[in-house]
Amino acid sequence: MSLFSDPRWHEAWARLPDYLGSHVRVSLAALALGLLISLPLALLSRNRPVMRALLLGLASIVQTVPGLALLALFYPLLLAAAALTLKWFGFGFSAFGFLPAVLALALYSMLPVLRNTITGLRGIEPQVLEAAQGVGMTPTQSLVMVEVPLALPVMMAGIRTAAVWVIGTATLSTPIGQTSLGNYIFAGLQTQNWVLVLFGCAAAAILALAVDQLLALIEAGLRLRQRLRVVFGGAGIAALVAVTLMPSMARSSQAYVVGAKTFAEQYVLAALLGQRLSAAGLPATAREGLGSSVIYQALVNGDIDVYIDYSGTLWSNQFHHSEIKPRQELLAELKTELARQNVELLGELGFENAYALVMPKKRADALVIHSVADLAARAPGMSIAADYEFFSRPEWKALQTAYGLNFKTLRQMQPDFMYAAVASGEIDVIAGYTSDGLIAKYDLVALDDPKRAIPPYDAIVLVAPKRADDRALQAALQPLLGRIDIAAMREANLRAAGGDGGSSPDAVARWLWEKINSEKSSK
Amino acid sequence: MTGALKRPHRDASPQTEVAVLIVFDHVRKSFDGGRVRAVDDVSLGVGACEFLAIVGSSGSGKTTLLRLANRLIEADSGRITIEGEDVRAADPVGLRRRIGTVFQSGGLFPHMSVAANIGITPKLKGERESDIAATVDGLLDLVRLDRKQFHDRFPHELSGGQRQRVGVARALAAKPKIVLMDEPFGALDPLTRDALGDDYRALHKKLELTTVMITHDMTEAILLADRIAVMREGRILATGTASELARSGDAYVAELLRTPRRQAERLNAALPGSST
Repeated sequence: MSLFSDPRWHEAWARLPDYLGSHVRVSLAALALGLLISLPLALLSRNRPVMRALLLGLASIVQTVPGLALLALFYPLLLAAAALTLKWFGFGFSAFGFLPAVLALALYSMLPVLRNTITGLRGIEPQVLEAAQGVGMTPTQSLVMVEVPLALPVMMAGIRTAAVWVIGTATLSTPIGQTSLGNYIFAGLQTQNWVLVLFGCAAAAILALAVDQLLALIEAGLRLRQRLRVVFGGAGIAALVAVTLMPSMARSSQAYVVGAKTFAEQYVLAALLGQRLSAAGLPATAREGLGSSVIYQALVNGDIDVYIDYSGTLWSNQFHHSEIKPRQELLAELKTELARQNVELLGELGFENAYALVMPKKRADALVIHSVADLAARAPGMSIAADYEFFSRPEWKALQTAYGLNFKTLRQMQPDFMYAAVASGEIDVIAGYTSDGLIAKYDLVALDDPKRAIPPYDAIVLVAPKRADDRALQAALQPLLGRIDIAAMREANLRAAGGDGGSSPDAVARWLWEKINSEKSSK
Repeated sequence: MTGALKRPHRDASPQTEVAVLIVFDHVRKSFDGGRVRAVDDVSLGVGACEFLAIVGSSGSGKTTLLRLANRLIEADSGRITIEGEDVRAADPVGLRRRIGTVFQSGGLFPHMSVAANIGITPKLKGERESDIAATVDGLLDLVRLDRKQFHDRFPHELSGGQRQRVGVARALAAKPKIVLMDEPFGALDPLTRDALGDDYRALHKKLELTTVMITHDMTEAILLADRIAVMREGRILATGTASELARSGDAYVAELLRTPRRQAERLNAALPGSST
């Protein structure tokens, strides 16, 4: 099979208008806002050393904040601001997606614009400035007629740098809900679809180069006083905006939005929800790669309509409970707490994606270890590995106290690698995820937890407040409730990690739907 | 000593005369919080249609004195009047548009054509485009630059002499009575310098201008100016025609005059029979 007949290319192409359009819109809006703030500040501070040092210092500090963190920080900031405006002025706004992305990226664009504008203006020969004054120019006339035109090449170089930075960094706005070319990259990384990752990177690079060259054309036109170049460059940028605006206008705003977090299982389940809605005649789009803390707020605010979460995650992260309750009790209580925020818990899918202590089946049998209680006696001579957060989570503390667990060594690892590590014997035990397909693939076993130290992590369907009375939505999703067992989800996850033509979330979701129905008819 | 000048058509001290255009009256200016006295109690008058050269070495305060006249800097104390009006009472922008200034090595705007450079002050004053175009053409003729050839060129395409001709044309564009020149011909080769000096001197006469020229070159001052003021360490040591200066008795002034005289003698010896 040649590379280009790979169905993943078609999938990637089909999403390009949406992703590229959103990417261009958010980048250009951020750049425009950044210029609107940076240029006046640069002009004001050019002859004020203290203000200049302060501004450049601040802009440099912003630049040292990793792009992802800067984008993520704007989300809670805007949420708080929206709550305040709602309280004081009676209107709120969405703190999700476009707005935080534009603000963070605008901040990111400021350093090169500020620095180059100030450098350009201060680099003008003093004789020329004195001549401007001497021929009778006011300070404003001197700025407009002499200083800015002379500094323009340096200023434009700064604007071009800012444009390239913003377009590159905009790929990181996916987790805060802004669709961008980053959707390719995040989805590809999670589902190990390298074609998508490559596609996203290449698209962002080509876009950055194109905008850079258009700006270069404008710069050359301004420098050489050739109006034609300026017109062509400007027309190019305008055409880019116009083309990317069209798909968004054509898209219905009535579409249901299905959210997905940043891992493969979520992509598959979001695709499944989307397919069910479409099959019921309800147009659906996906917002994928959302951060775990962002996605719930997005649902409460109505920025997304439906998504799958896990009971234990909401219990401890969203509602900050530290005690662990039996499964049904926890679900019931969660349902009331969700209802308080007008979020509807539509039901459980039928499987759990919980943490579990996992080890090779053969070794467990040989050592006669069936549960965590059996493991406790052997643990002091064993090593355990887990993802980056497990050892600081309440369930780890609960496991330790309940069973008196005490391992020889603790290691943190990228989740993708720990299954292979435990299968090869490099690590004795890992804290894996119960729905992970690799458990079956490597012939591992998840140990029982007789004392119920680990909270239940039922996969549950959550519906936004604004869709609470939407019978059509509920009817479309009803057939999924209680129908996806752990074995089916494990196999689906394994397929999604396959890295071939059949491993796209859409394809796996179709497979999962068929599996559910074949089981129904065989029963 | 100051103000004691005798010219054939005018007499006595210019301060009291009606036709005195520029007056410096006990003007002081210091920099760096008073540590550097750039201009130290200077009193000087410039008569209408007079060509005054201020001669001094670098750091003598001569450029500062010139910049005080069109308020590029402000005096610490003393009074400067132009056409009878105290410059502190005048709007500095309007003042500068009324006074033509020729800067060291041209001071042309590198991003503007020759025509745009020349027409800048009339444009700032809001004159009509067609009037400005006519003015620019007339000025190109006046400073002896070919209209067609130079109209649309940019400063970097000109020789040093051509640039300075454009600088002179620009200073004259708003039809000023007063022209201030800061080492206008300093950076030019001797031939160009001589030609430009002669041409300007002719313009000065034809347009009945009042010119103040800063120079460090006594020979140039003697050849072009009606009257010379010698500056040193912020003070005016002597003013007058070349022959009046020769009688001043000040050692520094005498030293300044010795050079051109020696040059003239050597030239006469080297070029016997030359008429100059």
